Amino acid sequence: MGLLSNAAALLGKEVRTEFRSRELLSTTIVFVLIVVVLFSFTFDPTTNESHRFGPGLLWLAFLFAASLMLQPCFLREQANDTLSALRLAVSDPFAIFLAKIAANTLFLFMTELLMLPVFAAFFNVSFRGQLPGILLTFFLGSLGISVAGTALAAISAQARMRELLLPLLLLPLLAPILVASTEVTVSLMAPEPFMQWKGIGFLAVFDVVFLTALWLFGEYLLEE
Amino acid sequence: MAAAAESSIGLRFEKVDKRYGAVYALRNLTLAIAPGECVALAGRNGSGKTTLLRIASCLTRPTRGTLSFSGVIENQNPRAGFVAHASMVYDELTAQENLLFFAKLLAVANRQQRVDSLLREVGLGERKDSLVRTFSRGMRQRVAIARALLADPPLLLFDEPATGLDSEATMWLTGHLAKLRDSGCTILMSLHGESDVVRLATRALRLDAGSVVADTRSGATFQSVFSFAGG
Repeated sequence: MGLLSNAAALLGKEVRTEFRSRELLSTTIVFVLIVVVLFSFTFDPTTNESHRFGPGLLWLAFLFAASLMLQPCFLREQANDTLSALRLAVSDPFAIFLAKIAANTLFLFMTELLMLPVFAAFFNVSFRGQLPGILLTFFLGSLGISVAGTALAAISAQARMRELLLPLLLLPLLAPILVASTEVTVSLMAPEPFMQWKGIGFLAVFDVVFLTALWLFGEYLLEE
Repeated sequence: MAAAAESSIGLRFEKVDKRYGAVYALRNLTLAIAPGECVALAGRNGSGKTTLLRIASCLTRPTRGTLSFSGVIENQNPRAGFVAHASMVYDELTAQENLLFFAKLLAVANRQQRVDSLLREVGLGERKDSLVRTFSRGMRQRVAIARALLADPPLLLFDEPATGLDSEATMWLTGHLAKLRDSGCTILMSLHGESDVVRLATRALRLDAGSVVADTRSGATFQSVFSFAGG
């Protein structure tokens, strides 16, 4: 059985278990909702301020939510040692990463889509006409967060102080994603919106580089 | 089971050490297991049985030394069927979903048929649609055994397989393992002396502090190997 069919089977399992338990999605959505609402109450943003600061706040909320979401992706496999069963069953260990990345990207992207109208309402901004650009930015940003985050989740799951270790490693590593995604989102929310292709290119390159590194070295991250 | 017979494999541990920090789980272990042997491992808690099984499954790398495989899959990962202390199945999936999922990963032919038949054999046919989290320890162990047997692996590694099983399930397991042994499957299992499964073994080893301290192929002396091990 090939890498992609293994990964598809694993992704199916991830989605099924998540929609059955709803642990990750509900936690993340509630977390982002609380952060967006609190930010909007902390200062009363004018439209101009919203355009300047809103995207940064939004991406910070996504980043913190992602650190919550990514933590359990390998910890859950430790409860019954199912990671060992997966390692014995798959033909290529990268399939495990590929499925986790796809699942994390999907869950994060869903959270972002649900939070977009909430953010638009609280911060008095409109994405009308810019939706394709916003969706592309959200997708590439989520993918970058998931790729780097899944790798770090695999490392931290085997460490002591694992709950602290992941955010400590994740947040600095994802600073470039945060900056690029924020800049692209700011440009899309500007009074005269435009697509910042340089930022999009940076996000795509980040995703490809980390995905390649994981493909080359991921096997070692799963070893005991 | 024919698949196992066609691809019997042997294992060779060569001067294997496994260290966790300063503690040696295995120390300078040299051991050859011939294709088709059914080996019972005895030893006190912490003697290295589980570590040996995890190294044999390629889940854990030795700190020093080598493990090689002989037979049809010369020095490749045999993708062993492994029953460990943990159930290695998902609590949020049903017994059937778990087995179908692993059968898909292992590219088992006629998946649904194979899963249905195994679930019936382990006595979970009636509960196949129940979530594993609702199962007792023994029922989880039955699912774990079914998962390990899914792809008819040529190498089976069992870490105290009868734990939690009632007498009926133990009897089924003993009978099934006997068939697998007779078909040429190589079996390594860590056991307690009182287990009925011991009778299947063609060889018994006792580990102490990570080294083999007794090795016998004579059924008459098996009991002494296990009684020395302190259960």
